[in-house]
Amino acid sequence: MTEIIIACIVYLIALIILGVRGYKTTKNSSDYLLGGRKTNQFVMAISYGATFISTSALIGFGGLAATTGMGLLWLAFMNVMIGVFIAFVFFGKRVHKLGLQYDAYTFPELMGKRFDSKMIQITAGAMIFLFMPIYAAAVIKGGVNFIEVYFGVPYHISLIAFVAFVAVYVMFGGLKAVISTDFLQGLILFVAMIALVAFVYKSLGGILPAHKALTDLFTITKDDPAVAPFVARGFQGWTSMPAAGSPIWWSLLSSLIGGVGFGVLAQPQLVVRFMTVKSTKDLNRAVMSGGIFILVMVGGAYVVGSLINAVIFQKEGVVALTAAGGISDAIMPYFITNYLPKWYGAFFLIAMLAAAMSTLSAQFHTMGSALGRDLGGVIAPKYKNSVSINRYGMVFVIILSTCLAWMAKYLEMGEAVIAKGTIIFFEMTICVFLPVYIGALFMKNMPKIAAEAGVISGAVTWFFWTFFLSRHATSLALCRIVTGKNYLLENTGFDKLAMMGSTVIGLLVPVIVIAIVWALKSASDKKAAA
Amino acid sequence: MLGFADVWIALAYISCIVSALLCAVYGILNWNNGNVPGEDDEVRK
Repeated sequence: MTEIIIACIVYLIALIILGVRGYKTTKNSSDYLLGGRKTNQFVMAISYGATFISTSALIGFGGLAATTGMGLLWLAFMNVMIGVFIAFVFFGKRVHKLGLQYDAYTFPELMGKRFDSKMIQITAGAMIFLFMPIYAAAVIKGGVNFIEVYFGVPYHISLIAFVAFVAVYVMFGGLKAVISTDFLQGLILFVAMIALVAFVYKSLGGILPAHKALTDLFTITKDDPAVAPFVARGFQGWTSMPAAGSPIWWSLLSSLIGGVGFGVLAQPQLVVRFMTVKSTKDLNRAVMSGGIFILVMVGGAYVVGSLINAVIFQKEGVVALTAAGGISDAIMPYFITNYLPKWYGAFFLIAMLAAAMSTLSAQFHTMGSALGRDLGGVIAPKYKNSVSINRYGMVFVIILSTCLAWMAKYLEMGEAVIAKGTIIFFEMTICVFLPVYIGALFMKNMPKIAAEAGVISGAVTWFFWTFFLSRHATSLALCRIVTGKNYLLENTGFDKLAMMGSTVIGLLVPVIVIAIVWALKSASDKKAAA
Repeated sequence: MLGFADVWIALAYISCIVSALLCAVYGILNWNNGNVPGEDDEVRK
């Protein structure tokens, strides 16, 4: 325990130093919101990765890999290809140029100024402010669960201490503090994950024997009470894809791969990173470190998440889910607590805190600027360039996210709350932002009215699908309160449709709406010209 | 293949590594390419 406390203290002191440094060098909104547009490419890439990878990915999705297997590696592949390569090479450079051209400081501001539409800036800001707290609450819960399991500190006390610490350095240090702490946290995570992957492969006798052991494990355990319910839903082993068309297959395909894989492109807290570097040359260079970082972090988490079943089975004769008391989100913490050497446990605890803190700090910063600059600044333009308005915005969203995370303690734990919270927000960014964001970057002629229609139709479709039609509606409870049913498609002939995430329909609707409005606008312009 | 029961998982495993290699190669090949503010033209190798 002593080594854990010492490691924590050293880590927290380092964060305080970086927070104070950020505070001292922040003079104006550009510093506070974009780190002065002078961030080093390597620091930006690692900070981007550390923000991208939260405890959601490590604990939530690691736990999910432990129950549903390595099919999640397709998500890791998409995270690297789309989340880094396409995001940096194709989107990042355009964002960087447009950010400078329009002097935009936030994602909603970039979209709003590009289409000369305050409505888009306000709607995008409002969607972030209203729904990012769900994602933030999931991230907070991931970090707090870990503190609770490791230190035995009650959930609500861990929650307050954890949030308060991050809140202080983000509020005072702005994006400079966020990026520099992210960088430190990213380096810790990288080393921790490499060590974890090496440890797990070594425990199972090497790469191929480890995979083989996991493949064989399914034959032995497929009738196990912890595994059988997953088999009934399409699980075919940790090293096999789930049965095509089964609930797990649908969930993997549409929600995870579609939602989280593509959702990364239009994540406001990540998009802003492209505006923090000096030039597009920095973005080219950052592709290398970003790609390797994400591979190690995400790929590592999914491989380890699956393989720990074999490690735990060798010692305890049960699968990971049983060992962790039937709670998916508790699998990774259980493994780290009970199977790793003490010194590594201390290091990994710091890494887990780092993962949660790096994502959370960016979320607080993005939500605060959405409320402060995008909503407050548009409504009261004279305060637009004030640093304080963002700080006030931040206080509000921090309280909101903390309340949600407070309530999340009482949610059904076996339901992978952390992964769900992440997926819901990612799906929102796809439906509401992605079509118009692509239009903003690559379609010079997209009219303002089509972009506005795209944002609104995406928001309405996503909201209705997520809160009323899909199975996510069960955890969100709004549908039950309004209609008395868990979700509207429950026990109807369309029940299978409810397994789909909102991305398919939620992406299709705004794209069609944009196309129709654009065509109508062109026709009316032609008519007016004639 | 690679100890996995399903070739699709093996493919995912390999694709992950290849995609990160692609990022590394791209970064190295374009190390000095890109716009620097204040310079109108693209700086090429």
